[in-house]
Amino acid sequence: MPLPAGSLLELTPQGLYCRAAAAWIDPWRPVPRALISHAHADHARPGCGEYWAIGSSEGILRQRLGATINLIPVDYGQAHRIGDARVSFHAAGHVLGSAQIRLEAGGESWLVSGDYKRCADPSCAPFEPVGADVFITEATFGLPIYRWQGGTAVAQEILAWWQAAPEQTSVLFCYAFGKAQRVLAELAALGVGQAGQPGAEGGEILLHGAVQALMEPYREAGVALPPTRPVSELARGESLAGRLVIAPPAAQRAPWMRRFQRPQTAFVSGWMAVRGARRRRGIERGFVLSDHADWPGLLQSVRQSGARQVYVTHGNSDGLARYLREVEAISAEPLEGGFSAERGGEDPDGAEPAPPAVAPPLA
Amino acid sequence: MRRFTALFGELDACSGTSARVEALAAYFAAAAPADAAWALHLLLGKQRRRLITGRRLRQIALEGSTLPEWLFDDCYAQVGDTAETIALLWRQLEPEQGRPAADGSLPEPLLEQPLHRWMAELLPAAAALEGAEQAQAVRRLWRGLEPGALLVANKLFTGGFRVGVAQGLVLRALSQVSGLEPSLLAHRLMGGLQLAGPERDSRHPAAAAWHALLAPAGGEDGPISRPYPFCLASPLEPPDDPGDPPLPGPAGAWLAEWKWDGIRGQLIRRGGEGFLWSRGEELINAAFPELIAAAAALPDGSVLDGEVLVWPEGAERPAPFAQLQRRLGRRAPGRALLAACPAVFVAYDLLERDGEDWRPRPLSQRRAALESLLQELPAAAATPAAGLLRLSPQLPLPAWDGLEPLRQQARSAGAEGLMLKAAASPYGVGRRRGAWWKHKLEPLRLDAVLVYAQAGSGRRANLFTDYTFALWSEAPPPEAPAPALVTFAKAYSGLGDAEIAELDRWIRSHTIERFGPVRAVEPLQVFELAFEGLQPSRRHRSGIAVRFPRIARWRRDKPAREADTLASALALLQVADGAQASGDGAPGC
Repeated sequence: MPLPAGSLLELTPQGLYCRAAAAWIDPWRPVPRALISHAHADHARPGCGEYWAIGSSEGILRQRLGATINLIPVDYGQAHRIGDARVSFHAAGHVLGSAQIRLEAGGESWLVSGDYKRCADPSCAPFEPVGADVFITEATFGLPIYRWQGGTAVAQEILAWWQAAPEQTSVLFCYAFGKAQRVLAELAALGVGQAGQPGAEGGEILLHGAVQALMEPYREAGVALPPTRPVSELARGESLAGRLVIAPPAAQRAPWMRRFQRPQTAFVSGWMAVRGARRRRGIERGFVLSDHADWPGLLQSVRQSGARQVYVTHGNSDGLARYLREVEAISAEPLEGGFSAERGGEDPDGAEPAPPAVAPPLA
Repeated sequence: MRRFTALFGELDACSGTSARVEALAAYFAAAAPADAAWALHLLLGKQRRRLITGRRLRQIALEGSTLPEWLFDDCYAQVGDTAETIALLWRQLEPEQGRPAADGSLPEPLLEQPLHRWMAELLPAAAALEGAEQAQAVRRLWRGLEPGALLVANKLFTGGFRVGVAQGLVLRALSQVSGLEPSLLAHRLMGGLQLAGPERDSRHPAAAAWHALLAPAGGEDGPISRPYPFCLASPLEPPDDPGDPPLPGPAGAWLAEWKWDGIRGQLIRRGGEGFLWSRGEELINAAFPELIAAAAALPDGSVLDGEVLVWPEGAERPAPFAQLQRRLGRRAPGRALLAACPAVFVAYDLLERDGEDWRPRPLSQRRAALESLLQELPAAAATPAAGLLRLSPQLPLPAWDGLEPLRQQARSAGAEGLMLKAAASPYGVGRRRGAWWKHKLEPLRLDAVLVYAQAGSGRRANLFTDYTFALWSEAPPPEAPAPALVTFAKAYSGLGDAEIAELDRWIRSHTIERFGPVRAVEPLQVFELAFEGLQPSRRHRSGIAVRFPRIARWRRDKPAREADTLASALALLQVADGAQASGDGAPGC
């Protein structure tokens, strides 16, 4: 459903728009001023006049959108006056530099979650609960079958899987930006890469080029990561037995995979919670680890926002909204629009720009 | 249960053949005999008994929870499997897992209970209860399990336990553990393991069954009902050069028979009793009492391989498969059904004679013995081609150039093609390429329009993979509004993964209406459907029922208006009928 007329935020063909700030949030098309929740391709698109984003995402944004973009870096929690609105960015715990964006004007406050998660993640700042009158939340995993275990436990499973195959190459498919670095940071926390441990000098974790490109910003941000090397730097004939390789999911069916002889493969994603999803992808092993909130995380965040009205985007927006209304007695509606709805299993970076199928802005 | 759950997880997570055999062998070597026997039974897909329906499990899961039913159903739509949906939801429904329940009872360490206890006691005991008591018992079991084991337990409850492991792999692992030949193991496994009942040799019955299975070779003394493993045929492929013979050697080295469109059966007469086994290793005596009665005429120690068909008395050819299906659905057919759909057993091989295993002998010898055996039957003496036990005729094939004309007569003979069997071959175990070939008729084909789609289950959950197709009620005139589309077939198979994914996206963006899980789509996409036969049907709106429809091709080149009409389907029906009407002189009959 569309947002009510005269609200602080409205839905335009370019995306969510705040008239008071003359700014769009994660716009789908070029606009004069964009407030960016995080640097994934379905949230940060090229061609805008001015980008506002968390400083730690600057490197990635410039890499992806062009070195010369007009970017205004901001810090978490800092309030800014943009036009007639008071705007602040708050940690969303999704990936490095990810933010929820809070806007306030005319005595009304809105909070746009962007993508977020509630589990601890050593590669980014933890989610900060923020209050607002209206909360726009994502619902990528908006079904109660999704409930995550902690990243440490999953990293232990990954480590055991890798170490159980000393003769083989272990290829782990992770989204290149965010998931890959989170897995690496979790492995580092388990001692991977330290002297005498797996992944130490000489046996570094190997990276696909797409993952490699994201490592520098994370290291710069001070995230503790194990030593890594790009696969492309390996000498011809160097043994790959017992090595862990991290690659984006798109590499699974690419000729790039041919260099590994009979590797064991696994995919790290929240979608792996469902057996059918894993079998459909032809993946041997699935590790359930997501950078999105699980069902309890979504409910907790809605409650903590204290919002009197909730709008739900992405994934199971209908279901979560109905549950909030019927069971939690919270006024909630799905927000239709160009939010990449049925993106189940797709790489957030590989997603096609969503077709902007929304009504023209309300007069 | 912990170990079995781990094995299930391992088999689920590895795709390499040798890794799977290793995992199986390691399990069999380490498991207690009674557990190993039950595990084997489960791995071979023999546990088909439904203890509790998925519907009831769903009800138990929802009772006393705040989870609305519609949300459970949304979850199911994503997962595609009730057992798994509950396993995933239970963590939300029962957040206190591992802590005392409301009544103060602690969760029991049920994961540590051996598999045979789960199978023989815990699951059946819960199934035997009713109402609130049953719900409580089921929840008690769930509370004692982690999600992986919970999934397995639920699948055991619903009889839906499947592991994607071929029987051959299981036999290889068993052979590795026992040192016995896989073919011997396959034979000993026929008819299933005796897992329940009184103790045998002062052992738990499942343990006794395991020991009997792995006993040293020789001195075979299984139950008298035990069938032999079926020999299976491979599809005949056309030779690379059309001038080459389709199979090695002269045509005379091969025995040609009709490929009947019934169910494969093994008819056993031993110890004064008769047994009829289906190819799925189910004892189907109850469904075919007339065949069991007829088997009494066979000498003791006889085992026949053949086809069960419905064949009305005096008819030139068997009735369509649908008639046989009416018989298969009944455990005990009534008099009216027996009269309307009379069954016969058309024999084509002799596996045992006078209690001796004849499988190693050449087919020509087995065939000759089968012919003389059937001729000696009192019923056969009077009406050789009309008895309840009758011989599948050997068809004349003096040279290879006679093969195609012979095959073309199959439809009029009421068969679905030809079988070609090497006359000198022994009776093999399972599908071994080389000795038995099936040469089916080309399927019938129609171009139909996709009109409805529904999501599949399991691996295809959340993907639109179940399609309904329609034909034009009359030929669409150019430029004029299109006439009505009449649905006539559903098909689930035939597309590759990439095409399924592409069609799924297309369906999502071309939905015109939703009816619950079913989506009506714009009638734009044309598919060529292949099917084995069609017959008039009053139950279908189109007036025809098709047999084994599947997608042959996605006709992207064809606009919907050029799809076939109901009239073209009826014409095929007449072709099939006409062929049958003029097929009185089928060779060898």
